Formats: sequence, C-alpha cells, structure tokens
Amino acid sequence: MDGALSMALERARQAGAVKVFVIRLRIGALSGVVPDALQFAFEALAPGTLAEGARLDLDFVPARFWCETCQSEFQADNMLAACPICQAPSRNLRAGRELELASLEIE
Amino acid sequence: MCKDCGCGLPGETPIGITGHGHSHPHSHDHTHDHDHEHDHEHSHTHGGRVHSHPHSHGGHTHDHDHDHDQAIAEDQHRTIEIRRSILEKNDRLAERNRGFFRARGLVVLNVLSSPGSGKTTFLRETVKALGDRLKCGIIVGDLATDNDARRLRESGAPVVQITTGTVCHLEAEMVGRALRQMDLGGLDLLIIENVGNLVCPASYDLGEDFRVVLLSVTEGEDKPLKYPPMFNSADTVIISKVDLAEPCGFDREAALANIRKVSPKAQIFELSAKTGVGMAAWCDHLVEAHEDRRNEDPFLT
Repeated sequence: MDGALSMALERARQAGAVKVFVIRLRIGALSGVVPDALQFAFEALAPGTLAEGARLDLDFVPARFWCETCQSEFQADNMLAACPICQAPSRNLRAGRELELASLEIE
Repeated sequence: MCKDCGCGLPGETPIGITGHGHSHPHSHDHTHDHDHEHDHEHSHTHGGRVHSHPHSHGGHTHDHDHDHDQAIAEDQHRTIEIRRSILEKNDRLAERNRGFFRARGLVVLNVLSSPGSGKTTFLRETVKALGDRLKCGIIVGDLATDNDARRLRESGAPVVQITTGTVCHLEAEMVGRALRQMDLGGLDLLIIENVGNLVCPASYDLGEDFRVVLLSVTEGEDKPLKYPPMFNSADTVIISKVDLAEPCGFDREAALANIRKVSPKAQIFELSAKTGVGMAAWCDHLVEAHEDRRNEDPFLT
C-alpha cells in the first residue's frame, strides 16, 4: 500500500494538487491482494498526507485464461481454473494479476 | 510495506543490512532514474468562474449566488488517469539487479518457503556439497536475528544479512543494497534466502534467474493448493526433509500431483539436506544452469 500511496502522492504533487479525494486502484482477482488489508494500511498511512480523508476505490479485474486446445479465452476466479469447454487446466494467464494505480481525483 | 498483508508500517524497525562475509564495499552506484511519464489529465470544470446567474422572470430579478468556495472547488476538481503498476518500481529495480547479475555471469536463486521448512540447512548443505564446483555467496533475509546468517557462514560462503524489521518479504531494492556489502569477485552462484512466508514474497521479483520454492514433507501434501500464487511462480520446487516422509505419512504421489497442478512448468527435486539423499542431482542441476549461463552470454568467457 505504501507503494500505491507514494505513487499517488507523487502524481498528485506533480499535477499541483492540494488535496486528493479519491484513489482508484485496479486489483486483479489473482493479485493476492486482500482488500481489507489494503484499506487498513491506507487508513494507517494516509493521515498527514494530501490523501488524508480520501476514499480508496477498488476496481476488480477478473482472471482470464487462454486455452491452447480450444483457442479460446475463459474467465475464472482462481489459479486452478480449467477450461469450461475441454476441462483442461490452463496456466496461460492473460489478466488477473493487476495491481495498478488507475486514477486520482484531486483538487 | 507490503501490498498484500500491510506489514511494515512506517515508524517501526528500519531495515538493516550487515555483512561479515569478506565484504569489500567498493561498488560505485550510479543510478539515475529518468521518469518520462506523461499523464493525461481530464479536468471537469463546471460553469467556469461565474458565480452568480441573475435572470429575470416577468419583470423581477432573482439573484442565485453560489457559494464561492464550492464553485472554486468544483472548478478545480479533476481526475488524473495514471494506470501504472504499483509494483513497477520493484520490477524496474529487479531488472536492474538482473542486468547486473547477467553481466557478471552469476546465476541467482530466490529461495522461498514457509518458516521451518528447512531453507537454511538446505542452503548450507548445498554450498558445502557444491564445494569447488561453484563458488557461492548468500544473502539472507529475516525479520530479526542473524541466527540464519551465522548458520549459513558455517558453509564457508560469504553471507550478507538483511534484517527486514516488520517487512515480510525481500524487495529488489534491499537486495541491491545488500550486494554492495558482498565481494562478488569470482562468485558463480548467488543464493538469496527470502523471509519465511508463502504469500507476499511471490509478488516481488528480486532479479533472480530461478525461483526455488521448498515444500517439506512435514507440511502436508496440499500446501501447493493452499498457496497457488507462490507455487505457480516457482521454477523449481524442492520437496525437502524426505528422510521424514515415512514417519509423517507423507503421500508422495499426491504431493507431486498437487505441485504439477499448480505449477506445470516447475522442475521438482526430492531431497534431504540432513542425510544427503537427492543433493547430488540438485547440485548437478545448478552446475548445468551455470554452464548454460556462461554459454548463452557472448560477453563472458
């Protein structure tokens, strides 16, 4: 979270912000992020910064796998996912590990 | 602090790096980050700077004054799109480490497991068993104490300790700093023993060539299913303490099936650092990896 917060504060300062209202993160289903832990850490770190009192918005990105056999993509919420067509497991992860600072709402 | 578990809140124990392993810290660090990013700003303004809208209805005038501060706030409220990975900084520093390792022809292992699965004994015995075949250096991360560093020094290899305080994993930047404390001259293999933890270290690339994840027979066969991100990221899975397999009732076939399910690409070694069984195959594998490294890089002889 300090990575996310320091990146957010750096960007906010570069944009000449005096206050940050919203920090929006994109979180992949397989990123390993625990939303409660993130929220807790944010609340612990934000006071005294431009982001004090800001809202943390989390956009969740579902995991998408590619099945070689069926040449098609499928969605899943865990790493042991199998293709719904051929039932074969796929490790070819195309999305779902994201942990991104998506946007900031500032003044 | 860690993105996964929130460890390492500020104001707590700072990260300490101590090296007693024949360290000649004469590295010159010329690192200049050039960040040329261009944000795309979308500002949403509402009504410019006009704060009163007088308009008339049938001959009489109403003056609707907006609150001045509110109008200014709305004017300047804007959204900046960023879309950058939060681990980007670590990833960038890991790539820098990787380039540094490649240039020196070093093979680098990032060794991960739960606490107590036998990393330290395994690594000490690996260094001893390799003997003159590969010259090893070790970086060891722990929350506190240098007990592991002391045990690892028994192998004769230079050891640098990183004390992470409250941080539950190593990051590329800590490894970069630890490298300055180590005499890398003549080293073939750098072993990084990560903090004992099967969750958060999975997200942090250190610049290693191989991620080595240990699963001791005492931990149960289903560990790979419980910690899929970690096992999925492994290049090598070591089933350790196989001398205890029988007393533990360890189901070898089930463990192998679980590892392959989560991590089909990982190479699997089964061994016991205590009895030495399986250590020769593991050491041969490291020697081969080092030869491959030497062969693939035209700048090294």
